[in-house]
Amino acid sequence: MEFAGKQPNGAHGMEFRGKAWKYGDDVDTDVIIPARYLNTSDPAELAKHCMEDIDRGYAAKVSPGDFIVAGKNFGCGSSREHAPIAIKASGARAVIARSFARIFYRNSFNMGLPIFEAPEAIDGIEAGDVLALDMERGALRNETKKKEYSISPVPPFMRELVAAGGLLNYMAFRRKGK
Amino acid sequence: MGMTLTEKILARHAGKDRVEPGDLILARVDLALGNDVTAPIAIDAVRRLGVREVFDREKIALVPDHFAPNKDIKSAEQTKMMRDFAREYGIVNYFEVGRMGIEHVLLPDEGLVVPGDLVIGADSHTCTYGALCAFSTGVGSTDLAAAMISGEVWLKVPASLRIVLSGRPGKWVEGKDVILYIIGKIGVDGALYQAMEYAGEGLSSLPMAWRFTMSNMAIEAGAKNGIFPFDGATRAYADVRAKRKYETVVVDDDARYAGELHVDLSALEPQVAFPHLPENAKPLSGVGNVSIDQVVVGSCTNGRIEDLRSAAGVLRGRKIHDGVRMLVFPATQEIYLQAMREGLMEVFVTAGAAFSTPTCGPCLGGHMGILARGERAIATTNRNFVGRMGHPESEVYLANPAIAAASAVLGRIGGPDELP
Repeated sequence: MEFAGKQPNGAHGMEFRGKAWKYGDDVDTDVIIPARYLNTSDPAELAKHCMEDIDRGYAAKVSPGDFIVAGKNFGCGSSREHAPIAIKASGARAVIARSFARIFYRNSFNMGLPIFEAPEAIDGIEAGDVLALDMERGALRNETKKKEYSISPVPPFMRELVAAGGLLNYMAFRRKGK
Repeated sequence: MGMTLTEKILARHAGKDRVEPGDLILARVDLALGNDVTAPIAIDAVRRLGVREVFDREKIALVPDHFAPNKDIKSAEQTKMMRDFAREYGIVNYFEVGRMGIEHVLLPDEGLVVPGDLVIGADSHTCTYGALCAFSTGVGSTDLAAAMISGEVWLKVPASLRIVLSGRPGKWVEGKDVILYIIGKIGVDGALYQAMEYAGEGLSSLPMAWRFTMSNMAIEAGAKNGIFPFDGATRAYADVRAKRKYETVVVDDDARYAGELHVDLSALEPQVAFPHLPENAKPLSGVGNVSIDQVVVGSCTNGRIEDLRSAAGVLRGRKIHDGVRMLVFPATQEIYLQAMREGLMEVFVTAGAAFSTPTCGPCLGGHMGILARGERAIATTNRNFVGRMGHPESEVYLANPAIAAASAVLGRIGGPDELP
């Protein structure tokens, strides 16, 4: 799925480097993208207001390839797919959290935003830290703090979804196969 | 080993004899739902894939309720996209403004969701239908697109949290208070990835309206669904409405649960959830002096006729406080008519409240009652997140309709027993 807006770069093989935008527990989809902007589903438009109600600086200052890092239950609340769409279009490479709310979790895989549970890593990451994420090895390195953590492996079915480029592409492959 | 209600319904829809928590299944859906916020992304996906037919024209429901009646040009474009799609693809259950309602009240009332069903909806409060002993859960727009095309959804079978209810609720305690109390106990991720399954003799004192409220807010504890067993109350509700034959499920005695929680209904007070999370529930007696600017009665959580009766019962013969705006949203046109027939509408208007056509409106900060910076509302809705009803520096307190109505008269959060 292609999106307008900033595109992440800085990828070397399967390792991605970027700086951390740090948030707390229970970041809900109403603050990821407030409902007052849901009268459109245009990714570039949504990206402009991403995280606005808890961090007015995020949308303007996030660099392509940065990471959103948060505590438990990230993405709780509404089922709006506009939330992962806004994050992806804002340029963020991935979201790393202690845990994710379930609808946000499936939405992210379905539309191809990489998200990772890394319970041990969260407390040691501060805003602005430079992180290196190696999806293949399942490793997250905090380059600023010089520490490395493992990230929870993505279940095989979810890996298939990501490899196919999201649920609809996955379905399209299956339909062709029939 | 036996199965929970959720496991039984999922197994049946996956064509399996049994399923266990953690299993990934591809399940058949009985109904797939979208609204004016979520359906456009799904519709766009269906069109981009070049799909010309949906899996079943009768098993898709499209309801423009969030920004409808259209609040601005962009919203009008979104509802038009749904309307055009519904016509072109022959979607039977498209509900136009004037015939629509808030989706999660409308669909069960119309008999489009029945006991034993598996329903997905691109709206997090799709879990409401658990009250009917159906499995229903919120998904995103891409899942909705996939289901509209294939009639299937991928699901991970959740473990179940058993919630055993005992006793009878006291005065002014409603279903809203029971679920706010539970969320307060276990937290907004207390049932993350799990099914909440209700049991116990306390069920007999919960009318269907209260059960819908409790299932509706399962998502506020992070749950995948919140399901009630089928009983006489379910049968009485479903039999006069069901548009299809239904097949119920019964829980096995040896079903396995991830945990168990006991709630004595007789010990509960009305609850008020403080900003900015539904888990910040406090008993009404511990609220203190909290002045308010706005009161909202309505939403998929508490916009049923029983909720309007509860609020109107408190307001009858009284006037809303000078400093307060009160807005009432019946959830469907049928409820609107019933409120008119019963004289409830007159009670609200005489007391000084605004009485609106059905819409999700202010619940999500969409339109029809947005809060300014620093303003405070008490609402019968489901979320009190930062900026949920308007300005990021406004506040929302969650409560049942009787408490909301009493607060409208008092000008501060309080209960009916405090009224002169």
